Formats: sequence, C-alpha cells, structure tokens
Amino acid sequence: MPVKTDAIGKTYAAVVYAVGREKVREYALAVGETNPLHLDVEAARAAGYADLVAPPMFAVVYSGAAVWPVMADPELGLDVAMMLHASQEFAWGPVVVAGDEVTTQTTVKDVSERSELGFYTFESVSTNQRGETVCTGTWTCIVRRA
Amino acid sequence: MDANDPIELKVTPDRYLTVRYAGASGDFNPIHFDEDFAKSVGLPGRILHGLWTMAQIARAHTEAAGGPETLKRLSVQFRGMGALDQEITVKGTVDEVADGVVRVSSKAEQNGKAIVKNARAELAI
Repeated sequence: MPVKTDAIGKTYAAVVYAVGREKVREYALAVGETNPLHLDVEAARAAGYADLVAPPMFAVVYSGAAVWPVMADPELGLDVAMMLHASQEFAWGPVVVAGDEVTTQTTVKDVSERSELGFYTFESVSTNQRGETVCTGTWTCIVRRA
Repeated sequence: MDANDPIELKVTPDRYLTVRYAGASGDFNPIHFDEDFAKSVGLPGRILHGLWTMAQIARAHTEAAGGPETLKRLSVQFRGMGALDQEITVKGTVDEVADGVVRVSSKAEQNGKAIVKNARAELAI
C-alpha cells in the first residue's frame, strides 16, 4: 500500500506550551543534567535569568506537544506503533526559561516511500511570548511495514 | 573552548530510565517502556528513546562549551536501537572554529555500535 501524500504542506493549529519550573527540573533530571541553571532557581537568578533555564533539548517537550498529535493525524495514516525516529535537527534561538509561553506550529514537510519504508518529515517552529523564534525542529520518522 | 578540547561523556541508562524520560518528555510510545508491546512489534525488547540519547549528545556539548546558551544547532541520525543497562559513550571532535562558531562532529556508541551517528553541532562561544 503506497503512503498517503495528501498531507504534504499541511500546517496544524498552533499549540501553546507554558513552561513550568518543576517540568524543567523533571526533564533536566531525566536526561542527567547537573548544571545548576536547570535545577537551582537561585543559581539561575544569580546568573541573570528570570527562572530555571530549560536545557536546549527541552525543545522536545514544548515542540513535541505540537508534533506528537500531528503524527496521529488520520490524514497521514502513519502507523505510530511501527514508527522509528530516523533523524532529528534542532536550531535554537534565545534560551527558554520557566515562566515562558512557547507557541509551536507544525507542518508536514514531506512524505515518501523507499524500499517498503514510509518516510515522514515534520517541521516545528516555536516562538516565545516576545515573538522570538526559540527553536526550529526537523523531525524525520521511518515507518516499517507490519 | 578550542580544537583540542575533548567532547566525551559516558552514561548508563538504568532499567527504569525510559519510564522517567517518557513522563518527563511526554513521549509515550510504548515501545520504550512496555516489554511485551515492544516484542509484539518485532523489537528485541524495550528500547531507549532516540531523543534521550540525543539529549546526552547535547549535554556532552553544553558541558564542554560552558552552558545551555552555547548550543545553537544539533542534527543527528538514529541508527540501531539503544538498550537499557548498558553504557553509552558520546565522543566528539572539533572540526572547525571560525567567527565565534565551533563546529563539532560526534556520535554515541553502545557495545561498540553507533546508536547515533553523523551528529553535527554548532556552538557559539
């Protein structure tokens, strides 16, 4: 069965993610961060930040909130259970700190098929409450045949 | 940071890491925390989240370069599958230092096999 390509170029409703202090800390601990900027509010403030600084890869949390639901869009017909993450790119702007509100828009960049595998590429663009682009993500997944 | 600075990190994901990371990240694909489900879709068992391994690569860079503000771009290719309870080594080399930007190539290996390869980073220093 060929992949469905109708959704190429489709852009989805923006998702707003409010960055919480304890979420930053929980994420930082899960990935093994020890930099006090991610864990100790006083240290973050002493370094000139308003609150805990999100590690760069926290982009997974605020932009993932807008990308994971897109992958389940029936128009894509993507079998999430058979999906593997193939490649990922992030480009970062200003750092995100607890208290920020990050708005992410997701677009289906490409859908193709090679060697019985489906390839899906998504782009996420995340901006903070000041309109600054804090992260652009390119997410490429491979879907195996059942 | 200059061309001679090593970028290296060793980390061993414990057997409950994928549960904590799923909760922390919001990535709840059951192939990462449900052994039976993972096997039912043809995997050897629960596998690591690729984005967790990418976060180890990111951390290796920010620790070497001096903090979260330094990392401006990171791209990776996921290969193979990361296993729990086995050490992962991230190793990177500086390719270029120009105009305040350090370009680094790196990979993450487990049991001698790359689980993330062709990682390319740009650091602002």
